[in-house]
Amino acid sequence: MAFNLTYKPFGERAILVEWPAIIDAEILKDIIQFKTTISDNSVKSIVELKIAYNSLLIIYDSVCRNFENEVSMLKNIYKSLQLNNDTVSVLWKIPVCYDVAFGVDLEAISEEKKLSKEAIIKCHTEVEYTVYFIGFLPGFLYLGGLDVLLHMPRKATPRLRIEKGAVAIGGNQTGVYPAESPGGWNIIGNSPVSFFNPKLNVPCFAKAGDRIVFKQVSLIEYQDIKALVDAGLYQMESEVLHG
Amino acid sequence: MVKVLKSGMYSSVQDLGRMGFQQYGVPYSGVMDVYSASLANHILGNNTNDAVIEMTITGISLRFDCDTRICISGATMAPELNNQAIQMNKSIQVSAGDVLSFGKLAKGFRCYLAVFGGFKTEEVMGSRSMYNGVTSQSKISKNDVFLINEMNSFTVSNNALVKVKDEHFLSHRIDVYKGPEFDFLSKNQQEFLFQNSFTVSKDNNRMAYQLSEPLENNLEPIITSAVLPGTVQLTPSGKLIVLMRDCQTTGGYPRVLQLKESAINRMAQKFTGSFIDFKLVGSR
Repeated sequence: MAFNLTYKPFGERAILVEWPAIIDAEILKDIIQFKTTISDNSVKSIVELKIAYNSLLIIYDSVCRNFENEVSMLKNIYKSLQLNNDTVSVLWKIPVCYDVAFGVDLEAISEEKKLSKEAIIKCHTEVEYTVYFIGFLPGFLYLGGLDVLLHMPRKATPRLRIEKGAVAIGGNQTGVYPAESPGGWNIIGNSPVSFFNPKLNVPCFAKAGDRIVFKQVSLIEYQDIKALVDAGLYQMESEVLHG
Repeated sequence: MVKVLKSGMYSSVQDLGRMGFQQYGVPYSGVMDVYSASLANHILGNNTNDAVIEMTITGISLRFDCDTRICISGATMAPELNNQAIQMNKSIQVSAGDVLSFGKLAKGFRCYLAVFGGFKTEEVMGSRSMYNGVTSQSKISKNDVFLINEMNSFTVSNNALVKVKDEHFLSHRIDVYKGPEFDFLSKNQQEFLFQNSFTVSKDNNRMAYQLSEPLENNLEPIITSAVLPGTVQLTPSGKLIVLMRDCQTTGGYPRVLQLKESAINRMAQKFTGSFIDFKLVGSR
């Protein structure tokens, strides 16, 4: 897979590599492979690699004196990429309680979309989502794959406080708030699991390229899982995916 | 140990920030003005990454319970030790029981207090920089107690008084590179950026500085992509936002300019009502 990439300087010590401006799983795969290969080549001066939907930001430890040299080295690495189907990712099964106690906007979406609450929940839990990258807040997963039936504009006036764990829809995206935060998305449920733990070396369980499904749980199951999470004993269901 | 008697308007412990965790959505954080903080550490013979206290607008008050040396750099806030004025940018001997306090802000916006060996606060993901949701406290409060190294009787120290250029605090010039979406701007928009002064609005904090003057804008939002401290974003309503050290890792507004590292430090000393002039540097 060879896309037509553009390379731009971004300040004095970063280079931004851009793929075509579309959100697409093939592009994500290509970005991850490029990122992994750069990491494997362990270029000493590169301190950080940051993925987004259609870009990879390469951050150097000091000022890039010769932009063209760095770019031609990166181009060589990109050219050497082998089509690799041995990639390993994880499918995470994330418990979500869609009870109206949490899903404070379910009613409004139901009216707007002329869909029953049950149909909305079914639609939200049937899809396997792709994790594109983590951004916005520590542990916030940018997910692709929300059914068009559930696309819903952000609220005109954001709420000042959205609960940790809130599962929400904003435009064509769905996601989980990893911490309490202001926000304008429509809230449909809450997940008891922790998406960000600063005490761990790897503070997020999911990574770019992983898959996510939301699994409906009752209010009682939610409380049981929450208790296990708080005690540090919860084991999330997951499957390893190849290729 | 030191004990906080007064917290000041907004004080926090900061080092050079949290590197390598952007992929998890964790901001860099770290001192807003790396230049001033590094100077304070340097004068004490510390490592550049040793944690300092960053004070904004008004200073902190601290009581030391051991002998040490301190250095104060950055904004001028009339520092006093036991109610006696002390010099800035100089290594100062402190004895157990001494009380450090600050007076009125005279120049700049952010002042740094370094202590011999650095403040030994909680380290999370390789950094002591306070950030809500990452460290257990997001700013300094009254009665906080921080560990510091006890000073041996005669540790080598530098007694020189370093002269800091006023330019760092008074110049309006902010050096920038073109941002990734700069070329999407019309000729008129590009000229507007460099031919006008901009004013720092009251919405300015460790995350971002919003500028008062709008830039007429017809650019669509971009697909969410990486941002950095120093990125200047242009919102659909034409607001210019200069991202600072606590900024999010990604954003969806066009990135029209990117501040030079030294310009971020200079920006950190600006406050509500300060003027800035963007100056394009470098050919890229």
